[in-house]
Amino acid sequence: MAAEVPPPYTALTKHPMLPEVGHDEAARFNFLANFNRHLSGALGAGNRIAYESRVLPAFRAEHGRDPEHRYEIREAMARDPWHRMWSAAKRNSMEMRQHNGRQIVLRQLDRLDAMARQFNEHSGQLELDPGVEHPFYQTAVDIHCQPGGYDGEERPGDVSAGANYDVGIFATTGGQLGGLNDGGGQAVAAWVRKERPDWQPRRILDVGATVGHNAVPIAQAFPDAEVIAIDTAGASLRYGAARAAGLGVRNIRFVEANGEDLSRWPDGHFDWVQTTMFLHELSAKAMPRLLKECHRVLAPGGLIFHIEQPQYSAAMPLYEQFMRDWDAFNNNEPFWTAMHAQDLKQVMAEAGFPLENQFVVGVRAVVDRDIFPDAPAAEEEDYGRSAVWNAYGAWKAA
Amino acid sequence: MSEVEEPLDWIARAGKRAKGRRPEYFDDPAVDRLVSMVLALVGEVSVLRERLDTVERLLDAKGTIAREDIERYAPDRAAGEERGLATKAYIARVMRGLQQELEAMQNPDPPIMEWVERLAKE
Repeated sequence: MAAEVPPPYTALTKHPMLPEVGHDEAARFNFLANFNRHLSGALGAGNRIAYESRVLPAFRAEHGRDPEHRYEIREAMARDPWHRMWSAAKRNSMEMRQHNGRQIVLRQLDRLDAMARQFNEHSGQLELDPGVEHPFYQTAVDIHCQPGGYDGEERPGDVSAGANYDVGIFATTGGQLGGLNDGGGQAVAAWVRKERPDWQPRRILDVGATVGHNAVPIAQAFPDAEVIAIDTAGASLRYGAARAAGLGVRNIRFVEANGEDLSRWPDGHFDWVQTTMFLHELSAKAMPRLLKECHRVLAPGGLIFHIEQPQYSAAMPLYEQFMRDWDAFNNNEPFWTAMHAQDLKQVMAEAGFPLENQFVVGVRAVVDRDIFPDAPAAEEEDYGRSAVWNAYGAWKAA
Repeated sequence: MSEVEEPLDWIARAGKRAKGRRPEYFDDPAVDRLVSMVLALVGEVSVLRERLDTVERLLDAKGTIAREDIERYAPDRAAGEERGLATKAYIARVMRGLQQELEAMQNPDPPIMEWVERLAKE
């Protein structure tokens, strides 16, 4: 039974920048972590039953054929009373997570801002650039329904966006990402260590780093490497740099920059270029530009590694594609559906990584076993929130 | 960083809506609003139950408590699991309607009138 409940919020590792969370605020996240598991687990199955028992038969009766595209399933399911209620509950759960996180952060924002300023002034690990434009694919909607998005500010120069992201990610992932919510980055580091035990990358670039949940564990795993974590959202970097400094991780620098234009770094500068659950937050034109730049700054023999959800392929049933698409339409992830429909291997090939150099591997979040002794079977699919990902990678020809 | 120090109205600003048109799940928008209110209440009852559990555990352990003890309370692994299970059971009670509808989709029953009529004849 123990494996079926998320750990309590208070089991998370405290670090200096983590907002102080009161008893009832923690209890709200405990409820949401449990509620999200219930929605994706016990109740999630209801969507398929609704589809197979009534939505699909009704579609066949009306059209005289099966659905030919996941959007047809979406339209049909949007009229189903079961799917409507399930979706409404899931959407509300996300909104409640944001509301609770923002109450926690905003009531103590003066203290958090002062502490971040102190960390960042002393560490020298933050480099903002007001000249960097905020691309429309980051500003068109507030991604993950986080009011203000990754670059939001309640007042100029604050850390509210990053602090809210950090304080509440526990709830949306059902507590599956470990004590520092860094299971994704730890998984990447563990994979690289296993794949190339003797490899010592000197310079690592993490693109779309937000608050550094994934870049910091990479920096910790390779303490002799210099890690550059970039994002266009300066507001998130402000928090991320202070968080890293608070954790005592010194070999990482947070730089405001756009992955589509890495011209400040010369050709072949980095041994490893990484993105983690980021490509789906771009646009159709931005993604190939970004991948070309990643290719350019990567040294011969270096590693490009993108963590993503699996792409929709002809082999993936349309129903599964439809469920995986839920976030695109209900959780403000507008590029999600188009990105996952692309042949990412082909896009990477066009960016300069020949197909024969590419590989796809499954990467599973690594969690702290002393806090999460019975972490759930991560193979359990929950359509977008599970701690299992596909990694699309390539070693650049030497 | 602004040095003005107009206190931030954190309660009002915390609830700001996210940019991006919200999907409408039901034909009557009032149902959408109602679901939001019900789920917020469901969450708050869970919070109250957890707080009461904290008070009870602290009283068990110490006989008397201060408010600060409640705020600082962090369950150990066993207590955390017990509370997690209690929350899970609570959610299962609240979500019974959807769960039973799911079962009914799996094994649909005929309309009850069919049984009424059949039993009247047999």
